[in-house]
Amino acid sequence: MSLLSLSLTLAFVAVAFAVALWQRLGIERDIVVSVVRATIQLLIVGYILKWVFTSKSSLYTVLMVLIMIAVAVENARRRGRQIPGVWWRLTIAISLTTFVTIGFLLLVRIIPWTPQYVIPLSGLMTGNSMVLSSLFLNNLVSETKNRREEVNVLLSLGATPPQAIRHVVNRAIRTSMIPTVDSMKTTGLVQLPGIMTGQILAGQDPVTAVRYQLLILFAILSAAAITSITLGYMTKNSLFNRHMQLLQAFTHREA
Amino acid sequence: MIDEAHAASAVRFEGVTKTFVERNQPTHVLRGISGEVPVGKTLTLVGPSGSGKSTLLSLCNLLLTPDEGQVYINGREVRQWSIPKLRQTVGMAFQTPTLFPGTVQDNLELGPQLRGERLKNPEEWMEAVDLPANLLGRSVEELSGGQRQRIALVRTILNGPSILLLDEVTSALDPSSTQVVEKLITDWKAKSGAAILWVTHHLDQARRLGDITWYVEAGELLEANDTKTFFTRPETEQARSFIHHKDAELDDTDGGGEEA
Repeated sequence: MSLLSLSLTLAFVAVAFAVALWQRLGIERDIVVSVVRATIQLLIVGYILKWVFTSKSSLYTVLMVLIMIAVAVENARRRGRQIPGVWWRLTIAISLTTFVTIGFLLLVRIIPWTPQYVIPLSGLMTGNSMVLSSLFLNNLVSETKNRREEVNVLLSLGATPPQAIRHVVNRAIRTSMIPTVDSMKTTGLVQLPGIMTGQILAGQDPVTAVRYQLLILFAILSAAAITSITLGYMTKNSLFNRHMQLLQAFTHREA
Repeated sequence: MIDEAHAASAVRFEGVTKTFVERNQPTHVLRGISGEVPVGKTLTLVGPSGSGKSTLLSLCNLLLTPDEGQVYINGREVRQWSIPKLRQTVGMAFQTPTLFPGTVQDNLELGPQLRGERLKNPEEWMEAVDLPANLLGRSVEELSGGQRQRIALVRTILNGPSILLLDEVTSALDPSSTQVVEKLITDWKAKSGAAILWVTHHLDQARRLGDITWYVEAGELLEANDTKTFFTRPETEQARSFIHHKDAELDDTDGGGEEA
């Protein structure tokens, strides 16, 4: 696809923009900003990837993966402001998810240690882990607030913080994993997954494309499990102070 | 940190203060409260809504930490206790009983379960609070308000506390359920010899059930006396007008229930 034909696709943007203006949706500014950002970010990434792919050093691959993790942590952090030290817990959860899933694929030699495979797949795992972390933290904070009486009853019966919060954490894990599990059930029936679409457009045989897509779906499923369980395990103590009381940030209902 | 001189007091407050800060606005909920509750006695706590009575209770099982001062439970400062052990020793029941989804038995087993134990005699406990044993297998959804509160109380007292904190436990109940719950608690107290700290809006209840009564207003303990003296000859102007005002109110509304 030439740059000229790519620029013709701006017609899509124009349609969205026109609708927004016409209906006074008030998101015109956001549309422009996101189109500009997406274009610039992807173009830059494209050139960086091209350069990393041609260079022989693995150092750049590792560096790319680490940068992606850092950006993901920074993004997910906002969801769990009330939880002290949430950023390093996110760092561990997202890194662990990425390293375990990609590490497994490398170990059993499903993918080779080349930037063409490692970087995009790591990005997928990191990205999914980020979305799941945000969901989990969101759920955890609101569940804790809504169930604070239950938590206090358990504490006053002599529960330790992990005992008092376990049912809340489990619910947060379950609700954050449901979208991942549910979307697997309909995948391919409603829409073809993005990666598969991209591969088919690029001329890949659909059956081969499906194999890669399945690999990715399974990896995403385990990424979801690893992320939410790791985060759940690490955050359950951080909702309490040293006197085993629920932190004040969680003692009032959300406005 | 066992203090011999006061070993006979179940609960002792020494100059406790507590301030809540919300949206940068400090609220002084407790302003230096001192006093003690002897072993085996029932203290009834009365005073206007928002005077700090519930906060005072929460300091006893360390659901809240005092900003200043000390709280001694059976002679030991709350912060010197193992906290789960403290909360097992100092049981607490709330105005609205919070039961967990499941059966009555599931709820009764919560306390023992936390310590990896099993509840040996659930039927006896049901009998002790005048509930049929066949209720054990029922879902808590099917219970009435009075039954729920009784289950919540049994859940607390089968933990074997030597001090019981009651925060308006009957104010959401109708008169006959109130009577049942009162009897449950007094019977249990007679058997166990526990000390009780009972926050109530119901002055008649405070008068009937207390050995000693504290009058708390705006975070200060204004009057502490034996219950009989408190209600017949209150010493402070504030307590006198509170009792008078409440008695007048009692004529048409039966007193309790307005505190959130």
